[in-house]
Amino acid sequence: MTQVNNSLKKRKKDLTFWQKIYIPEIIKGLSITMKNMLRPKFTMEYPEEKFIPPASYRGRPVLVMEQNGDERCVACGLCSRVCPALAIEVQAAETEREKERYPEKFEINMLRCIFCGLCEEVCPEEAIVMSKDYELAFTNRDDAIYGKDKLLIPVNQLQDRIEFLRKYK
Amino acid sequence: MPKITIDGKEIEFKQGQTIIQAAEDNGIEIPHFCYHPKLSISGNCRICLVEVERMPKLVIACATIASEGMVVHTNSEKTIAARNAVMEFILINHPLDCPICDEAGECKLQDYAYQHSIGESRFVEEKVHKDKRVQLGPHVMFDGERCISCSRCIRFCDEVAKDSELTFVKRGDKVTITTFPGEQLDNPYSLNVVDICPVGALTNSDFRFKARVWDMSRTNSICYGCSRGCNIEIWVRNNEILRLTPRHNEEVNSYWMCDHGRLNTFKFVNASDRIDSPQLRVDGSLQTVNWDEAFSFVSNKLKQFSKNEIAVIGSPYATCEDNYLVSKFAKTVLGTNNVDFIRHLDPSFADDILRTEEISPNSRGAELVGVTPTKNGLALSEIIKAIKEGKIKAIYLVEDDLLSYDPSLEESLEKLDLFVIHTTNFNASCKFANVVFPAATYAEKNGTFVNIQGRVQRIRPAVATTELDRSLDGMSLSRLDKFGTEFDRWAQGKKYDAKSTWKILTNLSAYFGQKYKYQTSEDVFIDITKNISEFNGLDYESIGLLGKELSLEKVKI
Ligand code: SF4
Ligand code: SF4
Ligand code: SF4
Ligand code: SF4
Ligand code: FES
Repeated sequence: MTQVNNSLKKRKKDLTFWQKIYIPEIIKGLSITMKNMLRPKFTMEYPEEKFIPPASYRGRPVLVMEQNGDERCVACGLCSRVCPALAIEVQAAETEREKERYPEKFEINMLRCIFCGLCEEVCPEEAIVMSKDYELAFTNRDDAIYGKDKLLIPVNQLQDRIEFLRKYK
Repeated sequence: MPKITIDGKEIEFKQGQTIIQAAEDNGIEIPHFCYHPKLSISGNCRICLVEVERMPKLVIACATIASEGMVVHTNSEKTIAARNAVMEFILINHPLDCPICDEAGECKLQDYAYQHSIGESRFVEEKVHKDKRVQLGPHVMFDGERCISCSRCIRFCDEVAKDSELTFVKRGDKVTITTFPGEQLDNPYSLNVVDICPVGALTNSDFRFKARVWDMSRTNSICYGCSRGCNIEIWVRNNEILRLTPRHNEEVNSYWMCDHGRLNTFKFVNASDRIDSPQLRVDGSLQTVNWDEAFSFVSNKLKQFSKNEIAVIGSPYATCEDNYLVSKFAKTVLGTNNVDFIRHLDPSFADDILRTEEISPNSRGAELVGVTPTKNGLALSEIIKAIKEGKIKAIYLVEDDLLSYDPSLEESLEKLDLFVIHTTNFNASCKFANVVFPAATYAEKNGTFVNIQGRVQRIRPAVATTELDRSLDGMSLSRLDKFGTEFDRWAQGKKYDAKSTWKILTNLSAYFGQKYKYQTSEDVFIDITKNISEFNGLDYESIGLLGKELSLEKVKI
């Protein structure tokens, strides 16, 4: 406690005369502003211009669709189990394909999703990944529930993220 | 009693017990795959290896008889190393199927891989491939790659179902299970092999891929299929029953239940022909009305008949509480002695394992609580005769189907002045009903059944009706039930507007000026224990999970 008090006192004492009168500090601040006015601009004219995030970005989770149009997901339900927001509902069913199971229904409630990426991390099939899509707007609760039609994205559009995951996951 | 020491703890055992049994009785778990308390010992999985002092090698706990003064170590360095080795060995050819395997979450191999394995494999070669998705019988699917060759399924068929159908073929890493030539795994108890298979090699075709075990709630209940009253668990997700599994009760069903009970006694609960809200016949067709309208209609009508013109039929499918109210309602409120119930017998269903001739769960209970004709009241056959002769003008039928029981009644039922039915699903008799009350199914209410041995056992609600709330009414909750809101599609399971028969009759009695003060089914049960000597001194708590034998002379089974 005493130490804190000491340092406070010290700080007050530390202020020089020029600092106390404030004007040089204002000039310093303004000069930074001026300097930046002359530098190249970073502001993006969104939505006219679209921001494309890097591979590390966690946009809305999507399902990977193989080249032949099948989903990779085997409906194991692990993403649904791990999801801290209970956003995912999976209903498995049997298929003739080699992997036996597929998701008859796969729904993510985008009002529940908190973009944590745990679903992506837990998936044993690399079937659900975080996309670069951040444009989510709905006018009612039902529209916010994304089914397979909105979730399935061709694998070549997700290559970026998949490579990122292989490197860092 | 002789004693042995396990992990420094001295425990008593019964002469002839094996180490694993002695340990089990004292709450010490020794890992095991092939050992099952109700099957013979095969000793082939080797996961139960333990160290016994002064024995040269590790021994398998499931096949070594305990003897006085033995000192056993289940967690010594040597046993842990042996267990790791056994796990590594079993996992050599085990596929990485957990994501697509129904057993995941209740799999012994998964659990032990966490508890007793180092988690790494030195095996880099290609795993052995075997047949997957082999239909062994009408209800059971086999996956050869997942099988760990414990032989539990074979021993079950030989020893419990008494119908040898399965066998090992081939040797070494090629060994697999198959049915004998020309045979199928189709004994009436076949699905028990799915429960006892320690891995996901055997799956239930009916339940396959329907749900993950961790998404369901489980409720202790009693099978509805016959008067054995096998103890079961009801597995529910989103207010829908997805499977039934047997629950251990050595006095009744041991670890087993029959396939009929498992497969055919729950689907009606969520079937599309369930009755939702009371139905009143207006201009020839049944229309939905509210409870009050139905009650006042029925009470006004019933008051117009003389006692001898009314017959009340209880039900061996309803609980003791329901039937007690049926009897009270008939004898006290309506004042008629024409009370009986229909017995459903099927001698071809019975066997000398579990299944009984009586294919309803509670005929003994119905009888005990008074659904029987008293003082020159008419018994069932006489009631039927009287209906045909037109002497009975009003029928109050509870949870049964009179027309299917006796199709020759068709014309006479049509001529009745009043026909009231309580039923869970539409049945043939509803065609002629004036009023149909929606009855809650056995999976939607509390109550008791008395089985063939005279044992009273509890059922509990697993599925919610509109008047039940899972958490407020103390029903078991799954993870999804706990966190679901009205906006989540996975929490919007259909709830029916149905009530237990005892409750319907309590409410209806009030319209006759007879106010019964029953709030819960236990209130009714307490009344039963006071008035019916066989039930003296019982309550729901003392019946507990495993039931209580009633004080009656033992019936022959
Ligand atoms: S990103 Fe997180 S919150 Fe969103 S669905 Fe996946 S696990 Fe659930
Ligand atoms: S974790 Fe992966 S494979 Fe499993 S259900 Fe989710 S997306 Fe499908
Ligand atoms: S199928 Fe299951 S119960 Fe039968 S031997 Fe294989 S692992 Fe054991
Ligand atoms: S034996 Fe009877 S009580 Fe047991 S499961 Fe079969 S039908 Fe149900
Ligand atoms: S449990 Fe003892 S050898 Fe399998």
